[in-house]
Amino acid sequence: MGMTMTQKILAAHAGLESVVAGQLIEADLDLVLGNDITSPVAIKEMEKMNLTEVFNKDKIALVPDHFVPNKDIKSAEHCKCVREFALKNKITNYFEVGKMGIEHTLLPEQGLTVAGDVIIGADSHTCTYGALGAFSTGVGSTDMAAGMATGKAWFKVPSAIKFNVVGKMNKWVSGKDVILHIIGMIGVDGALYKSMEFVGEGIKNLSMDDRFTIANMAIEAGAKNGIFPVDELTEAYLKEHSKRDYKVYEADADAVYDEEYTIDLSTLKPTIAFPHLPENTHTIDEIKEQIKIDQVVIGSCTNGRIDDLRCAAEVLKGHKVADGMRLIVLPATQSIYLQAMEEGLLRTFIEAGGVVSTPTCGPCLGGYMGVLAEGEKCVSTTNRNFVGRMGHITSEIYLASPAVAAASAIKGYIAAPEV
Amino acid sequence: MNAKGRVFKYGDNVDTDVIIPARYLNSSDPKELATHCMEDIDKEFVSKVKAGDIIVATKNFGCGSSREHAPIAIKANGVSCVIAETFARIFYRNAINIGLPIMECKEASEKINAGDEVEINFDTGEIFDKTTGESFKGQPFPEFMQKIIHSDGLLNYIKNRD
Repeated sequence: MGMTMTQKILAAHAGLESVVAGQLIEADLDLVLGNDITSPVAIKEMEKMNLTEVFNKDKIALVPDHFVPNKDIKSAEHCKCVREFALKNKITNYFEVGKMGIEHTLLPEQGLTVAGDVIIGADSHTCTYGALGAFSTGVGSTDMAAGMATGKAWFKVPSAIKFNVVGKMNKWVSGKDVILHIIGMIGVDGALYKSMEFVGEGIKNLSMDDRFTIANMAIEAGAKNGIFPVDELTEAYLKEHSKRDYKVYEADADAVYDEEYTIDLSTLKPTIAFPHLPENTHTIDEIKEQIKIDQVVIGSCTNGRIDDLRCAAEVLKGHKVADGMRLIVLPATQSIYLQAMEEGLLRTFIEAGGVVSTPTCGPCLGGYMGVLAEGEKCVSTTNRNFVGRMGHITSEIYLASPAVAAASAIKGYIAAPEV
Repeated sequence: MNAKGRVFKYGDNVDTDVIIPARYLNSSDPKELATHCMEDIDKEFVSKVKAGDIIVATKNFGCGSSREHAPIAIKANGVSCVIAETFARIFYRNAINIGLPIMECKEASEKINAGDEVEINFDTGEIFDKTTGESFKGQPFPEFMQKIIHSDGLLNYIKNRD
């Protein structure tokens, strides 16, 4: 029986000729990731178990990014714990404030994740690197600890759902609309325990940043991973960012899929997920009433890349945000920040009446840098709109693309740029 | 191994943000996390839960963030088992890895009511609702996962194996 792309990568890393869905395997890891929230739990577990050595100091990435720069004393203690562990174990890829960025944007940019890898990260959005043709998945702190100590992790080989992507997106439609459309269609547990494998001639019309956004939110459909085939665009990205060798895997022609869907990019419209689940999607033309917004956040591991900032700036250029609107823009890494500065995007945001923050996950999970008060509404380019996710439990989050977020900031209510 | 306790009942898609809100993730102390467990979905949970009590929910329990703080907070409150129709996959891994018993059972997740007294036999997978007298058959773990649970978590399992 043929294997999916994910199954082929897992088989190769488990030293097996082939694997089948449901099989339990132990796979070698190319990278183990943790952040300032999940790493301290993993580090304490390792210490408690007297596991004193890491398997490979070059294959661990520690990225304090959630509550960094430290938001309070407790967060500072967590970061100190991670820093001391990194120093003691001579971890090559520890990213201090000033070098850090949001982990899932930073690692591909730094060339640490390449096609064919098996990657685990103690952060649910670790699935982002599937955009590069890698198997990557989120785990908890104990898996991270075991991965750091042994270089291995156990997996149940997933079955897959195939998304055949065709056509080309219209102006102001982006990767965020693609993935919100898919989650709206299959639901927040529509791909539970499974791979989401994206294939088809339409993939060439998706930029790398679009693909990162789509793979990033595979977890929001419950998936184990989301994965894209490696094409010319991927190879150009890998060559630009990484010195590492990569390996291209392709699904077998007779691979078996649980379900298959066709996604025609040309039919998609700006899509917004209403509170309190990412599956509560509405296209912009379905929204008849004016939904007044207090705050707009543009950033995160989902939409803090340069394409996202360029798109938001294109909408905001020459405009002011609505009276009473708080626009918060967070470039995802230091190099994106610099690039946005050099391209004049930051000036556009500031002149429009927005603020620009250092890279941090802060507002996405109600940590800091934009926490919502009782009853407030926010349009956010982040990935979750659960109850209380960004602040007070009565606050409401509308997930959307950078284009919709920027247009909503100008209007003061949910809106898309006019075509 | 058995569990016995009173049921706290929830619906679909109980996410890890409501199990333990991120505003408390500047701590990794199980006791401190336990004091905020479920507070955004059930303000009374922490004051009412007793050692041995059981959480029953329907689909996709534990979706969202990978924070292990979520099963840690539940376990630190003395909860003896979480029963659901399905679990989000990272929560499922985390629960096994830290030794929090969980069980998938569609029928039990639908028919057991809040406040029912429930007994679970982990060896047979039998779930017995003493209040209604109904029995359900839960999905037993694969052998590999049973070994992790019997070792009291993944790291013990790895240490003992090596």
